[in-house]
Amino acid sequence: MSILVLAEHDNNELNPATLNAVAAAAQIGGDIHILVAGSGCGGVADAAAKVAGVSKVLSADSAEYANGIAENMIPLIMSVIDGYSHLLAPATTYGKNILPGVAALKDVAQISDIIRVDDADTFQRPIYAGNALATVKSGEALKVITVRTTSFEAVAAEGGSAAVEAVSATGDAGKTTFGKSELSSSDRPELTSAKIVISGGRGMQDGSNFAMLEKVADKLGAAVGASRAAVDAGFVPNDYQVGQTGKVVAPDLYVAVGISGAIQHLAGMKDSKVIVAINKDEEAPIFQVADYGLVDDLFSAVPQLEGEL
Amino acid sequence: MKILVPVKRVIDYNVKVRVKADQTGVELANVKMAMNPFDEIAVEQAIRLKEAGTATEIVAVSIGPDQSQETIRTALAMGADRGIHVPASHDTEPLAVAKILKALVEKEAPGLVILGKQAIDDDSNQTGQMLSALLGWPQATFASGVEIAGDALNVIREVDGGLEHISSKLPAVITVDLRLNEPRYASLPNIMKAKKKPLDQVSLDDLGVDASQRLTVVKVEEPPAREAGITVASVSELVDKLKNEAKVI
Ligand SMILES: Cc1cc2nc3c(=O)[nH]c(=O)nc-3n(C[C@H](O)[C@H](O)[C@H](O)COP(=O)(O)OP(=O)(O)OC[C@H]3O[C@@H](n4cnc5c(N)ncnc54)[C@H](O)[C@@H]3O)c2cc1C
Ligand SMILES: Nc1ncnc2c1ncn2[C@@H]1O[C@H](COP(=O)(O)O)[C@@H](O)[C@H]1O
Repeated sequence: MSILVLAEHDNNELNPATLNAVAAAAQIGGDIHILVAGSGCGGVADAAAKVAGVSKVLSADSAEYANGIAENMIPLIMSVIDGYSHLLAPATTYGKNILPGVAALKDVAQISDIIRVDDADTFQRPIYAGNALATVKSGEALKVITVRTTSFEAVAAEGGSAAVEAVSATGDAGKTTFGKSELSSSDRPELTSAKIVISGGRGMQDGSNFAMLEKVADKLGAAVGASRAAVDAGFVPNDYQVGQTGKVVAPDLYVAVGISGAIQHLAGMKDSKVIVAINKDEEAPIFQVADYGLVDDLFSAVPQLEGEL
Repeated sequence: MKILVPVKRVIDYNVKVRVKADQTGVELANVKMAMNPFDEIAVEQAIRLKEAGTATEIVAVSIGPDQSQETIRTALAMGADRGIHVPASHDTEPLAVAKILKALVEKEAPGLVILGKQAIDDDSNQTGQMLSALLGWPQATFASGVEIAGDALNVIREVDGGLEHISSKLPAVITVDLRLNEPRYASLPNIMKAKKKPLDQVSLDDLGVDASQRLTVVKVEEPPAREAGITVASVSELVDKLKNEAKVI
């Protein structure tokens, strides 16, 4: 069996989500190869070659892969996929965008967002916002899989010494051109890999009030997240959203502030080790999943919390 | 230009889903069903494009049991012009849905297919991407902004790091994200009018698509429940517990 893992990166650095996908590949078992497709991404290929457990890196370095345009990535993956039993990518917006097209062209079903590997054909995945867990078995010749990163502990970024093999570029499909990206920049840890996350909801009332959470976050080395309601209201950008249709997080500590705890929000954080809820409504459903609940007005509780840390 | 909008009938997002005792799936009997919320956003976008004079006709498509026609009627009440129902099992997989949609695209020749980014029942997030690959059309997924000028399509996408701007040419496939628009409610007169709008049935045989299941569902179970927590009386107590009991700070 050999498994191809699609690397996620920005042409400079390997995105750590790739290491979680490799961890799932290691549980499936077999030869693990990583495909690095980008432009000027030699450093990423070298980094991928050092990942523990990886035996080969396929590197496609060409302008048409610079921005992960799916219509360019799919023909490339199709050109190298023969002989592999599994194709994996992290279940990030990057992996979700690219993998289904490969599955369709190979005429195989895709298994999205796996949280457990039972054997090489059988996987568990959440459905209905995590209200149910489905174990599914695939008889397909190629298993195309996206991996929920929080469910697989990252393999070591160092320790491997895989060979890097260049693969031919497949050209620009000429379907989509990349304009620009507007990426949020922050000195805080990345939301999905942070050890501590503090999230605000509609109860924050205003974007400027998120400064209160940021102060706490800075003391704790935490990332800041949000509910959909807070994003929809424009308090914070879309990349803050935690939930069924946003990001999934599972930190050691998750602090929900002014968040009611709708099922769609819980879907993105209920696997956190310790959950704290601060909400003035004692009936709020968030308290049903919280290890520590504080019924209080956030506008007094959060500054006090910052003071006591 | 014609726009095809696939709309899925799913358990209403407010319903607390229950797993069946025999672990074969979730309880669907006597449960409130509704249009997948992302598909409402897709229908709304199509209507806005029609209102702006960009689109001329909106065709809502649903694949599923007979009750899927109710979902199509909802789309018609919002403002779609006509509906197509493809009778199939409620758990038709994304690959089969994409093949059915491809066959319909070949029949209907739309300039644009607008789907939801994700169905909130199977949470697959696959169908639009699969359809675009099968058609060889550009794909603009997770759209939070859509602008069409002639055959130029400019889309803003929500990605993990923020936003991305891309450009394509029609015909294309779009999948929509939450922030694209706020779907309208159907008014009573429009709900009445929708009853008279055309709704055709097309069979899998007519389309020549094999929709049989590829994946076997071995088991569907409840997620592990979290243990009940405690209420703390003050911020000081909270900080103390986090430091000395949970040891997470
Ligand atoms: C298709 C779909 C997808 C969705 N995806 C997501 C998703 O990915 N993530 C997500 O989060 N949601 C998602 N939602 C939305 C979800 O259903 C809820 O609407 C949302 O999570 C509510 O956000 P909230 O808790 O911030 O707001 P609310 O439910 O309005 O809760 C605000 C809370 O703040 C408390 N509060 C107010 N003022 C104060 C104060 N001064 N001090 C303390 N507490 C206060 C209130 O008591 C209340 O509990 C989705 C919905 C749909 C339909
Ligand atoms: N049975 C169906 N009928 C109509 N549209 C569907 C169906 N299944 C999926 N779709 C469309 O595909 C989108 C993504 O679904 P999924 O890939 O299952 O998450 C949905 O938002 C719908 O627009």
